[in-house]
Amino acid sequence: MAGEMATRILQPIGRTFLAGLESAGRLALFTLQSVMHCLVPPIYPRLIVRQMIEIGFYSLPVVGMTAVFTGMVLVLQTYVAVSRLNAESTIPYVVVISLTRELGPVLAGLMLAGRVGAAMAAEIGTMRVTEQIDALRTLSTNPFKYLIAPRLIAAILMLPVLVAIADIIGVFGGYLVSVYRLDFSPAIYLKNTVDFVETIDIVSGLVKAAAFGFIVALMGTYSGFHSRGGAQGVGKATTDAVVSASILILAANFIITGLFFTR
Amino acid sequence: MSDLKIKVRDLRKSFGPKKVLNGIDLDVPRGESLVVIGGSGTGKSVLIKCILGLMEPDSGSIEIDGQEVVGMKASEREEIMRKFGMLFQGSALFDSLPVWENVAFGLIAGRGMGRKAAKDVALRKLAAVGLGPEVGELFPAELSGGMQKRVSLARAIAAEPEIIFFDEPTTGLDPIMAQVINELIVKCVKSLGATALSITHDMHSLRAIADKAAMIYEGRIIWEGDARDIDRTGNAHVEQFVQGRSEGPIRMPVRPL
Repeated sequence: MAGEMATRILQPIGRTFLAGLESAGRLALFTLQSVMHCLVPPIYPRLIVRQMIEIGFYSLPVVGMTAVFTGMVLVLQTYVAVSRLNAESTIPYVVVISLTRELGPVLAGLMLAGRVGAAMAAEIGTMRVTEQIDALRTLSTNPFKYLIAPRLIAAILMLPVLVAIADIIGVFGGYLVSVYRLDFSPAIYLKNTVDFVETIDIVSGLVKAAAFGFIVALMGTYSGFHSRGGAQGVGKATTDAVVSASILILAANFIITGLFFTR
Repeated sequence: MSDLKIKVRDLRKSFGPKKVLNGIDLDVPRGESLVVIGGSGTGKSVLIKCILGLMEPDSGSIEIDGQEVVGMKASEREEIMRKFGMLFQGSALFDSLPVWENVAFGLIAGRGMGRKAAKDVALRKLAAVGLGPEVGELFPAELSGGMQKRVSLARAIAAEPEIIFFDEPTTGLDPIMAQVINELIVKCVKSLGATALSITHDMHSLRAIADKAAMIYEGRIIWEGDARDIDRTGNAHVEQFVQGRSEGPIRMPVRPL
């Protein structure tokens, strides 16, 4: 009796554990195959450029808007805190270090998970359920090379570019609020920003951006590639892509920050 | 060289506890058109996907031109794939590409042909299925179901394959368009001298395109022979299927009304 009850409790736990292991293994294999196909020819430059435009150029407005408002809010919040200590001159430093090290790459990564990762999952998922991926195979074309590799390469290349632009726009947002709302001197604000920021701040942010680009494209393509069923399957793949990429971005941010800044 | 283009022996494939293919034996002679009939869920699509290499069977043997393809390395498999053309049930056209690029896709991406030369080939193949060059510039979403099937047929024959697979080629088409597609299939297969393997449950299609026929039921081939003999097989399962009777040895898993 007790044995039966224990079995009834343990069975679903075991089943869930095994399913988790299977998913992790499938993702690991998919990652290995995807990376290998990024490195081994043939590579399709036209498709990479098309994806770079899709991921980079068309994401500029959303990333730019996110950055400018983040820079503005940072100044307002930091001002409240530092004015009590008469340390207003540190505001440019707080803004630039927060943006370059953390907020620029993380927010851009999260915005792209929503915009680009979801689109990748939906597009590839639809191709899966309408047999277009099978059609690629019958036309002697490897779907990893044609669908996955261009998206991964484009995302890894374009997210650092987007983050670099976001950093500049974010600092500009902070500048606007500091100068026109809090009456900072424009010249001193810009001088403090340039003087305080260090190469490691920018480099760490760009390395994070490349890693987040990889995560967004990987989870978008993985979820789409393994979608099943019809419209419902594609919808689930899209949700999975955004949620898993967002969580992995936050976890990877912690790990990369630890690697760069823990002494 | 063997007279068999495709030879399948004891092919098995299960999904969990469900045995979809349960020891399939099938021969497709070179240059002939074999049509496999069978009800929904009997394993027709799984069979064709296993032969195409889109799905890995659990066990058994598939030989293409006498060469074993089960367990083949990916690079060798890509070489074998060059012999194949496939018309999918839902056409499976790439909706982000114009029609001509869909037809030329295998030539450009799979064989490295220049875009201009590939476009010329694509327009010739579109003409072969009765579509003018203006259709080449349209996108698949702008085409009717019948036109999509014709584009898909043009894509399947673009690289002049040795073996062409047809998955339910007339499903979803009106009877006239279905007959147009059947006639195009016969014309294209004969002009290429290709071997054809089709799966369908459309008896009109079978009578139009098949040299030989086989019936799959519960994961096994229960009858095979000359397509002209399909009405006098002496097999109760085949007779019920051909005549479309609800009463007979094939029981549908539905509750009575």
